[in-house]
Amino acid sequence: MNITLRIWRQQNHDDQGRMVSYGVDDISPDMSFLEMLDVLNEQLTLTGDDPVAFDHDCREGICGMCSLMINGLAHGPEALTATCQLHMRHFADGDVIDIEPWRSNAFPVIKDLIVDRSALDRIVQAGGYISAPTGSAPDANTTSVARKDADRAFDGAACISCGACVAACPNGSASLFLGAKITHLGSLPQGQPERDSRAVSMTAQHDAEGFGGCTQIGECTAVCPAGIPLDMISQLNHDVLSGLTQPGGQ
Amino acid sequence: MTVKTTAGRYGRALRSSVVLHAVMAVGGLIMALYLVAHMYGNLKIFSGQAAFDGYSSYLRTIGEPLLPYSGALWILRVVLLVSVGAHIYAAFVLWHRARAATGGKGGWRYQTTRNRRGVQRSYASFTMRWGGIVILLFVIYHLLHLTANVIAPGGASESPYERMINGFSIWWVVLSYVIALIALGFHLRHGVWSAFASLGANTSVVRRRRLNQLAYAVTIVIIGGFLIPPVSILMGWVR
Repeated sequence: MNITLRIWRQQNHDDQGRMVSYGVDDISPDMSFLEMLDVLNEQLTLTGDDPVAFDHDCREGICGMCSLMINGLAHGPEALTATCQLHMRHFADGDVIDIEPWRSNAFPVIKDLIVDRSALDRIVQAGGYISAPTGSAPDANTTSVARKDADRAFDGAACISCGACVAACPNGSASLFLGAKITHLGSLPQGQPERDSRAVSMTAQHDAEGFGGCTQIGECTAVCPAGIPLDMISQLNHDVLSGLTQPGGQ
Repeated sequence: MTVKTTAGRYGRALRSSVVLHAVMAVGGLIMALYLVAHMYGNLKIFSGQAAFDGYSSYLRTIGEPLLPYSGALWILRVVLLVSVGAHIYAAFVLWHRARAATGGKGGWRYQTTRNRRGVQRSYASFTMRWGGIVILLFVIYHLLHLTANVIAPGGASESPYERMINGFSIWWVVLSYVIALIALGFHLRHGVWSAFASLGANTSVVRRRRLNQLAYAVTIVIIGGFLIPPVSILMGWVR
């Protein structure tokens, strides 16, 4: 496959940045999208050009490091697929592919396709924990968890914090991420002591980071590689509203 | 950028988008309930002039003698005014925040021109803000027309029945109302569902479907009910 890439190049945060076209030839349809970019970077290195900077780590869809807006879609055209799991067979020979970084005022561009997603870490720091007594490990099954709650918590825990929801959201909101974190811990008995303060603190941090609000459009769920459902945002809304109205909720 | 103190976090969460959306949702649902009552009252046009004008004057005597003349109506007007004000205030603050979060470009913040319409947005969900402004302008026009009768196409009258007949006998008045009702329909379609979701009622995939069905039902009943009288008057079925 011969592909033409139009890639966002930006030296650093202060650089203006622009789209630059590159050609890559003899791409195997079985290559992953990131392997295709590796091929491009080898070419660029051999010709003495600056390779394209992009985030990646595990390349098996669980670490949440990869990103990329591919033809205007976060993580590309395949549903429930992170960029690292996207294969070139989903593109056609001769395609022109536009690649851009996540765009959000809370995600400053570091270089080329790499953005700083620390804002999501700070949201987790604000309340994404439980208080557990130290000492020896508790016996198994001392705290029983209903199957329904365990499944719900696991569905929320599937969030890999990649930030695709923010990139796709017309309001630049991280509500799906936030909803997943709130639902994850809030569905379990171990997460109950801090349930109110967690929802309040993490929401405060979310807004302080400059993310927008949720208008229930659902673009986030369409691109989420972990399949976080929209109702977790409603869970977030519920927990914040009840957290703010509880006596001693502060 | 980290919000440090507990009180700081509480205050910040109180001013968060989540709370503003809840305020917008409550205001919107109050207005939707009012629309149902208003639509029902309009249908009395089919019972004739005496019944329609009688209903209109009855509205001013609700609660008498506990309330003064027009008392209940003024309470309702104040509730609606507060709802409208809160709804619009929240909408503009949230609009401003969304613009700030996306460099003022919303869904158009990427260089590529592909997939600008996203994956699953609907016309209704993407026209809430400008659609809301259209509805606001219509409400002002509508109040000047049929409430205050300052604008009186077809002739002013003391009788609410005659005002309605006079106005809706003119094709462009009916057309302007039909356009506004279509805008209102889109606003209700996404608004009713998202109001419940904003208040925490969307608890599962099934519930999401049910809330969307509810939104469609409310929209069809309200818009259908509002369309029947003007169209009937224009067609000459009511004189």
